[in-house]
Amino acid sequence: MNMNRWKNVGRLTGFLVTMALLLTGCDGVLDPKGPVAREQLQLINLSFIIMIVVLVIVFGLFFYVLVRFRKRKGQTGIPEQVEGNHKLEIIWTVIPFLLLVIIAVPTVLYTFKFATDYTNDKNAIHVKVTGHQFWWEFEYTDKDLGLITANELVIPVGKKIALELTSADTLHSFWVPQLGGKIDTNPGMINKMYLEADIAAIYQGKCAELCGASHALMNFKVIAKSEADFAAWASQMKAEAVITEEAKEGEAIFTAKCLSCHAVSSDDRGAYPNLDGYAYRTRVAGVHPNDPQAENLRKWLSDTDHVKPGNNMGNQGLTDVEINELIKYLHELK
Amino acid sequence: MAHAHSVKRYRGMMDWLTTVDHKKIGILYLIAGGFFFLIGGLEAILIRIQLMYPENTFVAAHTFNELVTMHGTTMIFFAAMPLIFALMNAVVPLQIGARDVAYPFVNALSYWLFLAGGIILNVSWIFGGAPDAGWTAYVPLSGPDYGGNGVDFYVLGLQIAGLGTLIGGINFLVTIINMRAPGMSFMRMPLFTWTSFITSALILFAFPAITVGLVLLMFDRLFDGNFFNVEAGGNVVLWQHLFWIFGHPEVYILILPAFGVISEVVSTFSSKRLFGYSSMVFATVLIGFLGFMVWVHHMFTVGIGPVANSLFAIATMLIAVPTGIKIFNWIFTMWGGHIRYTTANLFAAGFIPTFVMGGVTGVMLAIPPADFQFHDSYFVVAHFHYVIVGGLVFGLFAALFYWWPKMFGRMLDETLGKITFWFFFLGFHLTFFIQHILGLEGMPRRVFTYLIEDGWHTSNFVSSIGAFAMTIGTLVLLWNIVATSLKPRNAPADPWDGRTLEWAISSPAPEYNFAQTPLVRGLDALWVEKTAGNKEMTPAEPIGPIHMPSPSILPIIMATGIFIAGFGFMYAREGFDNAFINMIFSNYLVAIFGLGITLVCMLLRSLYDDKGFHIEPEEFEDKGVKA
Repeated sequence: MNMNRWKNVGRLTGFLVTMALLLTGCDGVLDPKGPVAREQLQLINLSFIIMIVVLVIVFGLFFYVLVRFRKRKGQTGIPEQVEGNHKLEIIWTVIPFLLLVIIAVPTVLYTFKFATDYTNDKNAIHVKVTGHQFWWEFEYTDKDLGLITANELVIPVGKKIALELTSADTLHSFWVPQLGGKIDTNPGMINKMYLEADIAAIYQGKCAELCGASHALMNFKVIAKSEADFAAWASQMKAEAVITEEAKEGEAIFTAKCLSCHAVSSDDRGAYPNLDGYAYRTRVAGVHPNDPQAENLRKWLSDTDHVKPGNNMGNQGLTDVEINELIKYLHELK
Repeated sequence: MAHAHSVKRYRGMMDWLTTVDHKKIGILYLIAGGFFFLIGGLEAILIRIQLMYPENTFVAAHTFNELVTMHGTTMIFFAAMPLIFALMNAVVPLQIGARDVAYPFVNALSYWLFLAGGIILNVSWIFGGAPDAGWTAYVPLSGPDYGGNGVDFYVLGLQIAGLGTLIGGINFLVTIINMRAPGMSFMRMPLFTWTSFITSALILFAFPAITVGLVLLMFDRLFDGNFFNVEAGGNVVLWQHLFWIFGHPEVYILILPAFGVISEVVSTFSSKRLFGYSSMVFATVLIGFLGFMVWVHHMFTVGIGPVANSLFAIATMLIAVPTGIKIFNWIFTMWGGHIRYTTANLFAAGFIPTFVMGGVTGVMLAIPPADFQFHDSYFVVAHFHYVIVGGLVFGLFAALFYWWPKMFGRMLDETLGKITFWFFFLGFHLTFFIQHILGLEGMPRRVFTYLIEDGWHTSNFVSSIGAFAMTIGTLVLLWNIVATSLKPRNAPADPWDGRTLEWAISSPAPEYNFAQTPLVRGLDALWVEKTAGNKEMTPAEPIGPIHMPSPSILPIIMATGIFIAGFGFMYAREGFDNAFINMIFSNYLVAIFGLGITLVCMLLRSLYDDKGFHIEPEEFEDKGVKA
């Protein structure tokens, strides 16, 4: 009897976990693709299972009482006025306490584990992350890399990525659900965090701290590549882009109107997103797909405020001709 | 017996503007809090409409940020807080056998200050834009470098309302300590009075923290301060500490009175005394105490380090123990009882499982590495709506149906009440349960839209449908209130077979509450008399003239003065076209004028000694109202 009950509880828990997984799409917290997110999910699962046990007991007791002790027709007299019951009260004080100890021990262990500092680890890739309204700057500080990119963090799989995060303006929060939890970027401070990806894929990144009108659109991507592909990417980024004759007109417009803010060489910073390697970007302004027909890019250049309200670029008053030339040029930034 | 002071009484509107009667102030709080609740609800509906479809353009991005900011701020500070004060005013003095609160004048001042603050916050919509930095108003976004002047309304409105709340808290502390009827020892106080007592203590210690934060932010915004300006050596995390040192106890300021309501309602409608009364009191005190030890769990992702995160994680988990004690005590209060499912008790019964669900996600959130994933996602949104709506609002609704006859002398309609319950209860779970999953799918909070590729549209659509169901429930409640107010005032003194002192006097209570102060002979004072075969309370004093405080117009004038001063400070650097208006604002003349009004009122109050008046025994014996 008792064994059966526990089996049922086990089955129910399994069922609920499965349900939760089914209800969830494939790129969330419940589908980790790296050790950090996986260990965090283990903690979530541990606490979830214990909490389900608590819920089952409380709900069972509660609904039994609701039905069993409802006032019935013709019921008279006064129920016995019970003051309390010491034994019961001790039970429901001590058992929750013990359950919390089961949660608290791994909580403390993992809290310290995730605070491990890899910024001086030679085997790690080191990236400085700066949050801006409403884009992300990634600066690879390792000597052999020395790159600056925006909105797309390219990383090699299987390596620790040691992040140092700060903000250039308001608070932001750096969150890649499938790789690990978030950490805030605070102006005037540097936070540290590490991530690691198991498989080569593109992971969703979000800003998780209200930072202004386009907070919802402050997306980024983490693109994990094999070590060889990562190295190829890095050398491609460092190599000077070859601008064909066809895009020279665009280059001239860019130099006149855009270059003061947007650098096109991966070792320059610039006040706004570095556009080196733009041809390989998966997104326009971090949000919509960078489609070959450049429809989204055209929308962006003709009215940035419509795509990303409140952004600092504003409407530059580019003509359709200028936009076409700029698109040709940007698509040659490799 | 002759008395020197004349009896001052006003009628009609003047009566409401000058009243110092806790019962009338309770009704004023209820009306204003209810009004702001509807405004906050409307904002919530607009939010849910915007999020029904991906890339929806129902409201603009910036407007959406204003809506979430105003929804949170309005609901916490101008709906939940005043509704709690409405209940405390309406019930606490009656439950302890007192004739009023300790400081009736201050009580009125509390109300008018709160109202002034609420009006300042909400007029921002028509004065150039509402605050848009979230109800938490994190700097730098809430600082002078970003956005318009919306946050000024937040900073001034909350400071003024906060003054009212703080003196209200002090008033109830003093009242509960000093004004209990003979025999009403601390361990005989009804649980609602106990939770009001602890809540008042939390107000006393928590509100100064946010006041400091708001003053610093005001200096940064209005007087070129640099407290949160990083370039000048300021610190942005400081605001978060000040906000949450207040903010977390605030959660318990809100929920403890709801715990009290549930304790009263469950006990009354099970016809049983509260199971484990002393452990309930102990748990309340412990929750209040621990509530001050956990604020950093709102800041696990700020980067404070593993030592602080671990300590605050453990402190947070500990709160689950006294909360669990309360849940089990409620269930065992019902155990063996004769449970009557009135609307009030339905809300109380709905509260228990809902709050437990909010509680268990609270424990999950207390784990810092897990919180790294949950934080600022819809998982958190779901969690705090489970505790604040599923907990506090269910408790408030239970309280309204339970104490409505005592406040107004009329019974709310039970059939309409049950319709409200089912729409609100089911709508609530439909709205918020699915938000846990949205959070785990990676949806951050406070996003004005999302993309189709995010895959969140079905869940968001379902969530919005739930919000509409909650709206229907609320509208039925409004209809119920209107319909009830048209009926004759015929509620019996004790409609629910009550156990505590408020049910010993007529509904509504006479202005002096108890013709004779009652003698309390145990926990559940009225129930003790009932089981002893007595029809009414045993008096603790002979019949005599009752001393009453005079009504006064000063509180509303004082609040008006501060209200004017608020605008004076906010617009001091506006640069008006009209030279005269520009001169009076930029030289702070408006601010000084407003503060002057308040100070003159304080002077008048100090110099003019108002000894109140007496109600003679003949007067209340004629009316046939007895203790």
